[in-house]
Amino acid sequence: MSGFLEVSHIKMQFGGLAAVDDVTMHVDKGEIVSLIGPNGAGKTTVFNMLTGVYNITSGEMSFEGQDLKSMIPQDIVKIGISRTFQNLRLFPKMRVIENVLVGTHVRTKYNFWDSLLRTPRFRREEAEHTARVIQILRSIGMDGMRNSFVNSLPYGDQRKVEIARAIATDAKLILLDEPAAGMNPAESEELLRFIRELRDKGYTILLIEHDMSVVMNISDRIYVLDHGKLIAEGLPQEIANNPKVIEAYLGGEQKNVKNN
Amino acid sequence: MEKKSNRVLSAIESVCYKFRYLFLILYVALMVIVPFLDIKLVHAQVIILIGVYAMLGMGLNVLIGYTGLVSLGHAGFYAIGAYTCALLETKLGVNFWLALVASGVLTAFIGFLLGLPSLRLSGSYLSIVTLGFCEIVTMILKQWESVTNGNYGVRNIKQPVFFGIKLDMYNGGLIVLMLVLCLIVGVASLAIRNSNAGRAFRAIKDDELAANMMGIHVSRYKIMSFVISAFITGIAGGFYCVTRNYIEPGSFNFDVSILILSVVIIGGLGTIRGMVFGAAILQLFPQVFRFLDEWRYVVYGLLLIVMMRFRPQGLLGWQSTQPYHLSKKTKQILEADGGTSEPLEAAGKTEGGSEQ
Repeated sequence: MSGFLEVSHIKMQFGGLAAVDDVTMHVDKGEIVSLIGPNGAGKTTVFNMLTGVYNITSGEMSFEGQDLKSMIPQDIVKIGISRTFQNLRLFPKMRVIENVLVGTHVRTKYNFWDSLLRTPRFRREEAEHTARVIQILRSIGMDGMRNSFVNSLPYGDQRKVEIARAIATDAKLILLDEPAAGMNPAESEELLRFIRELRDKGYTILLIEHDMSVVMNISDRIYVLDHGKLIAEGLPQEIANNPKVIEAYLGGEQKNVKNN
Repeated sequence: MEKKSNRVLSAIESVCYKFRYLFLILYVALMVIVPFLDIKLVHAQVIILIGVYAMLGMGLNVLIGYTGLVSLGHAGFYAIGAYTCALLETKLGVNFWLALVASGVLTAFIGFLLGLPSLRLSGSYLSIVTLGFCEIVTMILKQWESVTNGNYGVRNIKQPVFFGIKLDMYNGGLIVLMLVLCLIVGVASLAIRNSNAGRAFRAIKDDELAANMMGIHVSRYKIMSFVISAFITGIAGGFYCVTRNYIEPGSFNFDVSILILSVVIIGGLGTIRGMVFGAAILQLFPQVFRFLDEWRYVVYGLLLIVMMRFRPQGLLGWQSTQPYHLSKKTKQILEADGGTSEPLEAAGKTEGGSEQ
């Protein structure tokens, strides 16, 4: 099957450094695909390319047949790709419910005058969005905290809010950048269950993860990046036994000691 | 100590929230009563200035409190609003109500133009641009004598007439008008805050990149917040000019910009109650402490320093402890679903595109 997310030969050049070089990958609808690799391999750069943060140097990317290359981030969200960030990027001075409501921004059709005059259109749409946001929060067990301000929440909960915000954009493809980072084993176990649940509900997930055990558990397929190049792809078992991957990871660990 | 004060404030807040309609009724009642009160001219002038600065605060609040763009040149917008209204009235004989709207619209347009550089500049650089803007405006007002009358200012500004009743300082009409304008601006500010645009503004303030990634057109909303802020400030200026007999360029210098900024910071960034409170404090302080003579400004400065040390979020700025307001419709939808729906259903799953 083709045509969901198709990426071919993309390259991102920063001065003399090719952060991502000639990466070709695809994600099919309903899959959980992981992108792994040692620190600095270019995983987050791939996400930034997909979501329009960077203008890619060369290559082609498309989502459901639409060319992503020429799109601005706002349009990319609109056609159904949403993401979370490696280092949480929430709106700390807004409430949990307001943070997630920001996710509905691209689906909002009423205009400024509607909101100023509180027209029926405004009331209806705002009510629908708020109800949907509360339902999303319920489904991740965060409804009890909807009134809290994000800066007062524990780390794990903030991650959940970020995922809820991504869901609220009505995304079809959700890009999760190290969602389990900083979580304790119990929390990350719960997160994995939640990600699987998302897949079962019809979402497609592209996941960046550092932790091999997490990835092996959950992924349908895995891509491995090292120094900006794709060094392997395949099913979890294939990746686990791939000598190149083992070398990249073990070699990587010896060369630069992980600091987390 | 700080925790305790917050608890007291949130208790007050919940009481205020509970009786908010009562307060609204009292506010309207006040408008009705004012004309029958015998308010001395000096007092009336201070009251009106509090109202004007509350409005100016609310205007700047949209920019700083919501979107996080710091303007040091709001006196420029204030001046444009005041001069537009004054010149339209005195030179072209335009009706006050029309002139007031024109002040808002023209100032909003200038706000749009000034908003354009905000797309490329951020932080202090933008503030410097607004600072320059304010200087340019005062300079034009001083030099363009054929229109603005230069340093002499615009004189003989007529008081507004409302269905045959002249609104002035003596019959309390201007105070009523001030109360009405403040109410409209305050309600509008709140309406904007709790809407798609308001959330976009606040998202931009908190994290611009994340806002961008959530599909918010950051530049569009920055300009929009400039326009709204300038519009409110222009209205405040238009109103201010009719409360004086004349206006001059000197009334709109850099000090005024700083005073408006102080209202916002002291009152509490992002809040409406804070703007009214901040305006009241800043206008009343010099009056109440008149017996200190020049020393009052020293005391005033000291108080500011102490406040910034112990309450940097502003006197009435704190994170609300009230639950997020859910509309009746929202509750209806939630009840109708009764938790049986599948909120996580991905968009387009039913279109038959799922894996075989």
